[in-house]
Amino acid sequence: MTATTISPLPSYLSKTFAIVQAEVVKLRRDPTDLFSRAIQPALWLLVFGQVFTRTRAIPTGNLRYIDFMAPGILAQSVLFTSIFYGLSAIWERDLGILQKYMVSPAPRTALVLGKALSAGVRGVAQATIIYVLCLVLGVHMDLNPLALLGAIVGVVLGAGFFSTFSLIIACIVKSRERFMGIGQVLTMPLFFASNAIYPVSMMPPWLRIVSHLNPLTYQVDLLRALMISNSQSAIGIGVDLIVLLCASIALVLVAARMYPNLTR
Amino acid sequence: MGGESILKSPEATATEAASKDAVLETQGITRRFDDLIAVDHVTFAVLQGEVFGLVGLNGAGKTTLIKMLITLLAPSEGGARVCGFDIARQSAKVRHSIGYVPQLVSADGDLTAYENLNVYARLYDVPAAQRRDRIMQALEFMSLTSVKDKPVREFSGGMIRRLEIAQSMLHRPQLLFLDEPTVGLDPVARASVWEHILELREQFQTTIFLTTHLLDEVENLCDRVAIMTHGKMVAIGTVEELKASVGPEATLEEVFVHYAGTHEEQAGFRAASRARRTARRLG
Repeated sequence: MTATTISPLPSYLSKTFAIVQAEVVKLRRDPTDLFSRAIQPALWLLVFGQVFTRTRAIPTGNLRYIDFMAPGILAQSVLFTSIFYGLSAIWERDLGILQKYMVSPAPRTALVLGKALSAGVRGVAQATIIYVLCLVLGVHMDLNPLALLGAIVGVVLGAGFFSTFSLIIACIVKSRERFMGIGQVLTMPLFFASNAIYPVSMMPPWLRIVSHLNPLTYQVDLLRALMISNSQSAIGIGVDLIVLLCASIALVLVAARMYPNLTR
Repeated sequence: MGGESILKSPEATATEAASKDAVLETQGITRRFDDLIAVDHVTFAVLQGEVFGLVGLNGAGKTTLIKMLITLLAPSEGGARVCGFDIARQSAKVRHSIGYVPQLVSADGDLTAYENLNVYARLYDVPAAQRRDRIMQALEFMSLTSVKDKPVREFSGGMIRRLEIAQSMLHRPQLLFLDEPTVGLDPVARASVWEHILELREQFQTTIFLTTHLLDEVENLCDRVAIMTHGKMVAIGTVEELKASVGPEATLEEVFVHYAGTHEEQAGFRAASRARRTARRLG
């Protein structure tokens, strides 16, 4: 028996990192998924972005439309991956991996946080590809190291939030089929009820309210301020960060309570 | 039925065990799912160092009982102490003291054998300085050293099972739960898994609690056996005791038919539909 007492925080982080590490290894071993997932944002930027930049149909202030939408497309790309993270939890339940996680002494929050950060790592890898894509398309990017670091934080927080949200849905519906249906239904409303491809000022009042309840709006606002040169946050970077951080922590706590339901 | 007096009741064995070294003791442990009683007031004990087999038809309540003992499911009534800790109030301590290999093939196919073990070494607080040695030792013990850097996807069923057992012993559990450890394996792989389980007990004095459908597994592996039917534990004892309780020269199959009502293969529609119903409820 292990009688060794280990100080709680390093032990907690080590367990969280164990989950993240497994994800990183898988990502490195098979990066094809990353590239196939780059196709959709590339189309948005190339087709939608180019057309609307020409027509100037959407008032985006001093920004060209393509500069305005690029952070929105990055957030969308991360959202579309993260929102299906719960599916892998159901998959792990079906395989018996989840049962073994649950029987281990690892705190449930460490397991959930590990999953959230795994989604974050995947998000950062996707973001790298989209950054390159944007540079190729001549988007006016802010490559200041501090701005880059902030953008990474924004991507990780958004990925963490939506993957944990997805995990909670998985804990409720418990089956792959039902999850697929709900995942599909959620992604588009989240995307359209945000400031990803048009400013909040263009929205009818009801949608403005909805968009301010949507964490994606705060993520896009944060990314827009950090990713594009000469752009400003409409909400305030501090508010964006606090909203995303608090929402993520709240969801991790909720998910940690619900996670064991999957194995029952 | 006359021979039944030879057999002690599960409760009597539990009382007797209290004075000896019991690794696991339950007290009227019960689990209900709506109107279904999956486990019905079960009281028994598992002794230090034994290989304890739990047999029963599908839907008899074996899996629900194990889930409660490994802290995945809370009992509706009654309780248990596992490795000296209460499963409800000291679940974290219970989890530190036990190992568990689920029935499903639960190794991660995208990772190598070594990487699989590394995840659990961390989850079980194996100190960083010892991690590599422990993993290498577990691989060696389960005869997997030569394939440690291969993705598990390429492993045979028997190799995966051995890897899972290696994983479950990384933190040196006192008590190891194996849920149908050799289901779906060919006879050679099965014999190899049995051999490794017995070695594990030999070397680390690990107590083994396994469920099985295979009567030859019971014959070859188990020191004591318990039979569950409709959520109740109807018999417990050594293979010899169980045989003697049914009649002279009784086979294990006859013992099973006697206590469980019918053997697996002839269980037919009722057991199958009951299992499906339970599965739906649990799913």
